[in-house]
Amino acid sequence: MAGTQILMPALSPTMTEGKLARWLKKEGDRVKAGEVIAEIETDKATMEVEAVDEGVLTRILVPEGTEGVAVNAPIAELNGGGAPQAAPGPAPAQRERAAPLPKAEDRAAAAARGAAERPAAAAAEAAAAAEPEKDWGPTRPITVREALRDAMAAEMRADDRVFLMGEEVAQYQGAYKVSQGLLDEFGPRRVIDTPITEHGFTGMAVGAAFAGLRPIVEFMTFNFSMQAIDQIINSAAKTHYMSGGQVRCPIVFRGPNGAAARVAAQHSQDFSSWYAHCPGLKVVAPWSSADAKGLLRAAIRDPNPVIFLENEILYGHTFECPVAEDFVLPIGRAKVERQGRDVTLVAHSIAVGLAMQAAEELARGGIEAEVINLRTLRPLDIATVVRSVRKTNRLVTVEEGWPFAGIGAEVAMQVIEHAFDWLDAPPVRVTGLDVPMPYAANLEKLALPSAAQVVEAAKRVAYRS
Amino acid sequence: MVQGAEVATAAAKRRAAKGKEPPAMTRDELLRAYRDMLLIRRFEEKAGQLYGMGLIGGFCHLYIGQEAVVVGMQMCLRPGDQVITSYRDHGHMLATGMEARGVMAELTGRIGGYSKGKGGSMHMFSIEKGFYGGHGIVGAQVSLGTGLAFANWYRRNDHVCLTYFGEGASNQGQVYESFNLAALFKLPVVYIIENNKYGMGTSVERASASKDLSKNGAPWGIPGEQVDGMDVIAVKEAGERAVAYCRAGNGPYLLEMKTYRYRGHSMSDPAKYRTREEVQKMREQRDCIETARKRLLEMGLDEAALKKVDDEVKAVVQDAADFAQKSPEPPESELWTDVLVEAEAGEGR
Repeated sequence: MAGTQILMPALSPTMTEGKLARWLKKEGDRVKAGEVIAEIETDKATMEVEAVDEGVLTRILVPEGTEGVAVNAPIAELNGGGAPQAAPGPAPAQRERAAPLPKAEDRAAAAARGAAERPAAAAAEAAAAAEPEKDWGPTRPITVREALRDAMAAEMRADDRVFLMGEEVAQYQGAYKVSQGLLDEFGPRRVIDTPITEHGFTGMAVGAAFAGLRPIVEFMTFNFSMQAIDQIINSAAKTHYMSGGQVRCPIVFRGPNGAAARVAAQHSQDFSSWYAHCPGLKVVAPWSSADAKGLLRAAIRDPNPVIFLENEILYGHTFECPVAEDFVLPIGRAKVERQGRDVTLVAHSIAVGLAMQAAEELARGGIEAEVINLRTLRPLDIATVVRSVRKTNRLVTVEEGWPFAGIGAEVAMQVIEHAFDWLDAPPVRVTGLDVPMPYAANLEKLALPSAAQVVEAAKRVAYRS
Repeated sequence: MVQGAEVATAAAKRRAAKGKEPPAMTRDELLRAYRDMLLIRRFEEKAGQLYGMGLIGGFCHLYIGQEAVVVGMQMCLRPGDQVITSYRDHGHMLATGMEARGVMAELTGRIGGYSKGKGGSMHMFSIEKGFYGGHGIVGAQVSLGTGLAFANWYRRNDHVCLTYFGEGASNQGQVYESFNLAALFKLPVVYIIENNKYGMGTSVERASASKDLSKNGAPWGIPGEQVDGMDVIAVKEAGERAVAYCRAGNGPYLLEMKTYRYRGHSMSDPAKYRTREEVQKMREQRDCIETARKRLLEMGLDEAALKKVDDEVKAVVQDAADFAQKSPEPPESELWTDVLVEAEAGEGR
């Protein structure tokens, strides 16, 4: 009967040789499957070699103490027992050394190939005429706060799997009163006060989403989401991919994001670029009441994790909003808030208001700005931006967040990739200053972008300053 | 006195009253447990070999030594119950009835794996079998498992979630956040601390000021028990109590399984933090499979019947290993799939 060869194992995919430190069995010994027969060592680790099968250790081919034994070299022979036995793997001569890590150039090539094959980005380039936004009929003025509440209430009425949880969302009626009245309508099973324990309740909500529920998690502010960011990124955003598409995480994380007023550095941070950086998430940043209502409804229905970045200062602002029962907006579509031919202003959330103010000021000086409200940061509707830049040939981005690796940086880069030849001036970013938010009123004002800065930037790219 | 301590005391009394009575598992049940433990043992040995041959990459945490825990606990579940664990997850998957082929092919990074080769050793799932991962971040699965139990509470059904974690993870903050949430909402979750004595290379004594981890839920009124995790019958007995308690809507329950891993933390382990004698002693005197084997023989089963099981298990594992090497690598197009769920008509309604 042919013996089975026992091979020198690798401790890691990078190991090529090691020391056969010790034999725990001698020739002629009977061994059982799984029994430790030898020890091998490298400079950093020790590993036990177990018998593949039961039988008699007929020959030791490499004596103990031998250094530099190549991985996959035969070290002993086992003369098999009674049971039929397949070889433990392909014969060593035919076996490729473990080479799971591609060479750098292979990786680069694969990345380039992948990028070429990636479905979405290429489509974005098509500068075809935009589909006009659906006309939803009559509107009425409501605050952003009411729009958010109405969106949640409508979706909760329609789907019992939807529930709201967070700190003070129920009995207190919401720290910012966004969930006002929801406890009365839906009761404590579906409007749930949590303890102040973001990491735990975020993980709990993600687990509930894995099980098929549709949680809405309110962060009192997104500053506190950092306590839970591991669950948001590592669990919510990645599990669908890591499960090969098997596990879904339909969940909305919402709450005020960015600067409020006079609450200093720890409570005044814009997380737009943090979350927009991560594949596996959708990231929405509404400005108006219609944005808030239409996009939150879409976010709750979405089968993916959605980060929904609200703004505390906007909660009390009133905008016209469609009254239609079925009003909803698509995630991933930007909105041209104002038409213009001279310069494109791209903004999201509260910065859209700055861009609109700036556009009015610019119009008085004879510059017609086109204002694009991104609405969604991931997936980014770059097609709408590119279409506009190909018309205006000038780009200014506006955001409250920090400049480094911010949304403006990403928008500008993508415009360069898709419309470089159309640009008549280098794009300019208007952003929050690159400092933690100061408390003092005068310093806080300086740290935030202003409409005047947007006007200034627009004039610069139009060579009118 | 906290409720946890009362339950632990009651359990101890029950055990004492039993004395040397025959164990509370029929021969057929014990034979099934033996088979399932042996499958995990042989599967893990094979995984170690394939790793040694370079067919498995990255991190690979073997479960050898701890088999009684998952096998005993799984015997307490009904279809529709859930299981979630950390990255040392191969045993849990096999115990839930997931196919050895699919698990092994995921280890080798092939399309035939449970995650199509995109998850690897630490990230596999089977909703069909109630297995929710496979999580690589220490302690994260504790909050997630609490959420699976929350879904049972929300749906008002009587399913239970088994949430496993190591004694190392038991020091994570979110574990205690989860205990609080589960106790507040009375969620049907059995927290199972698999105390194998070492979090990577750090012994429990050097990491936990708490000397009795089964009492770690006591401040929240979570009953807890210490269990001999090397004895599948003891595990099942304790598991039945815990699962029944949760199923009845009483809230969470905590089991500390005293167990032991024979192999390193992962494949590359300097093994300098414990003595060879310590490992050897556990293997020789406490091994869960050997113990079950001896009991089965005492119960009148003959060697031939055991040999039949051994051969069947060996064949399953060999088949899995063959499949895991033959299954192709995922096509490059898989790179871009499953990042997001594409919206479907009627989604969300």
